[in-house]
Amino acid sequence: MIRKLLVANRGEIAVRIIRAARDLGIATVAVHSEADRDSLHVQLADEAVNIGPPAAKKSYLSVSAILKAASDTGADAVHPGYGFLAENADFADAVVADGLTWVGPSGAAIRLMGDKVSARIAADKAGVPVVPGSMGRVASIIEARDILKETGFPVMIKAAAGGGGRGIRIANDQTEFEAAFPQAAAEALAAFGDGGLYMEKVIGQARHIEVQILGDGARAIHCYERECSLQRRRQKVWEEAPSMALSPALRAELCASAVRLAEAVNYSGAGTIEYLYDDAADRFYFIEMNTRIQVEHPVTEMITGIDLVAAMLRIAGGEALWIKQQDVQIRGHAIEVRLNAEDPAKGFAPFPGTISDLRLPGGPGVRFDSMLYAGYTVPPFYDSLLAKLIVHADSREAAITRLTRALSETRIEGCKTTKPLFLALAADASVRAGAFHTRWLEGWLDANSDRLSPDT
Amino acid sequence: MAQILSPLPGTFYRSASPDQPPFKADGDDVAVGDVIGLIEVMKSFHEVKSDVAGKNVQFVTDNEEPVMAGAVLADLS
Repeated sequence: MIRKLLVANRGEIAVRIIRAARDLGIATVAVHSEADRDSLHVQLADEAVNIGPPAAKKSYLSVSAILKAASDTGADAVHPGYGFLAENADFADAVVADGLTWVGPSGAAIRLMGDKVSARIAADKAGVPVVPGSMGRVASIIEARDILKETGFPVMIKAAAGGGGRGIRIANDQTEFEAAFPQAAAEALAAFGDGGLYMEKVIGQARHIEVQILGDGARAIHCYERECSLQRRRQKVWEEAPSMALSPALRAELCASAVRLAEAVNYSGAGTIEYLYDDAADRFYFIEMNTRIQVEHPVTEMITGIDLVAAMLRIAGGEALWIKQQDVQIRGHAIEVRLNAEDPAKGFAPFPGTISDLRLPGGPGVRFDSMLYAGYTVPPFYDSLLAKLIVHADSREAAITRLTRALSETRIEGCKTTKPLFLALAADASVRAGAFHTRWLEGWLDANSDRLSPDT
Repeated sequence: MAQILSPLPGTFYRSASPDQPPFKADGDDVAVGDVIGLIEVMKSFHEVKSDVAGKNVQFVTDNEEPVMAGAVLADLS
């Protein structure tokens, strides 16, 4: 049992975790930077500790400052939220070494699933389909030609030491491949001091679909999937549950594969297994696992009735998983949109400011997860997420109608926000039909920039 | 004496990345339009271009220091 929880995060997720802890009768400790003195999570927690200057690396990323705050307040557990130190295996190990309970999977599980190659091998071993390609470094062009039989064309050649889109080449046929492979090796050696290459099939148009799982270290269950294909610059902006694209049979197969992988790595806590789903081929492929609670977790909570953050706290406190798989049912449809302090009419430029007026949406099927209050000054030092508006209804169509209703009730004055984007998307025929893929939104934004001013 | 002000609130950086030299060293000349630093606002980076010209730039805001919009970043003579 956890008695006093330190929340090693800020913003809406810190508020969300404090709420879950208080629902379970657990005392809470907030930590904050000098820039977050007046933040809502500080006001809601039982105690608060200033852990350093505004720069995240001197406060929210400072392992020593956070561990000292835990020791000074007598906290017996740490919840990392998402971002910051949430997927830092060394932090997880340091928390445990200090005799505290870490609310999340072990440092070893974070390391295993956080490394792209070892995660891919673990998924393959658990019988989870992975994107066809090399299972690590390709030793030679002879081995590379063999791998082409599985990937086909186009194929991506990636520098093992690259990252963030650097050191990637795409070959569309054998001739291009024969020229590109040695060039890529030479370039990788010159750029990164390491000529190692990976190969991967290029999946053209795909959806991003992810499965929520809960594990207790021995047994795991899934809480169905989320559809997160509406993305801008690889950042999700609108998420739903369930996905409108899966047949019941494929949904069952997808979710079962996620449970197999979670059990294979003795996963403990809440985690998400991310897939690409190729509609045309009706196939899904593992891409990565996130070993933390995710921003979009509320849509899963709305359709299953499971409080995922409370579940994390109970599992970390030592309870064996109390939910049976057959008791997890999908009820209706949920949508979350991310209200960011950005101006969609000006290329999504960040827009920190002071909240001069705030009107919250309400009524049936509406949830608003946020750290905002009237008079709050949004600091410029952290990410731009102000609030998550989540709606739930019997059907997807009704959920979109309800989203429009709730957005029209919402007023956030003092900052520009992404609300106009979501009003426009909710009215769009392709969005209403659920016909999109991960690169759809960027094209839509290019064509519809005139619809994103707040006055339309 | 002219001043270069921060156009945005955020974190001020004097170079493009930690392993790069600063855009301008103390004592350098500055022309209109020269990039003198970056401001990080909510994880996005914006170039600070000087709208004044001058000699012998002296930075009053340190690298990685938080600033408010309108804060003085550097003096020019």
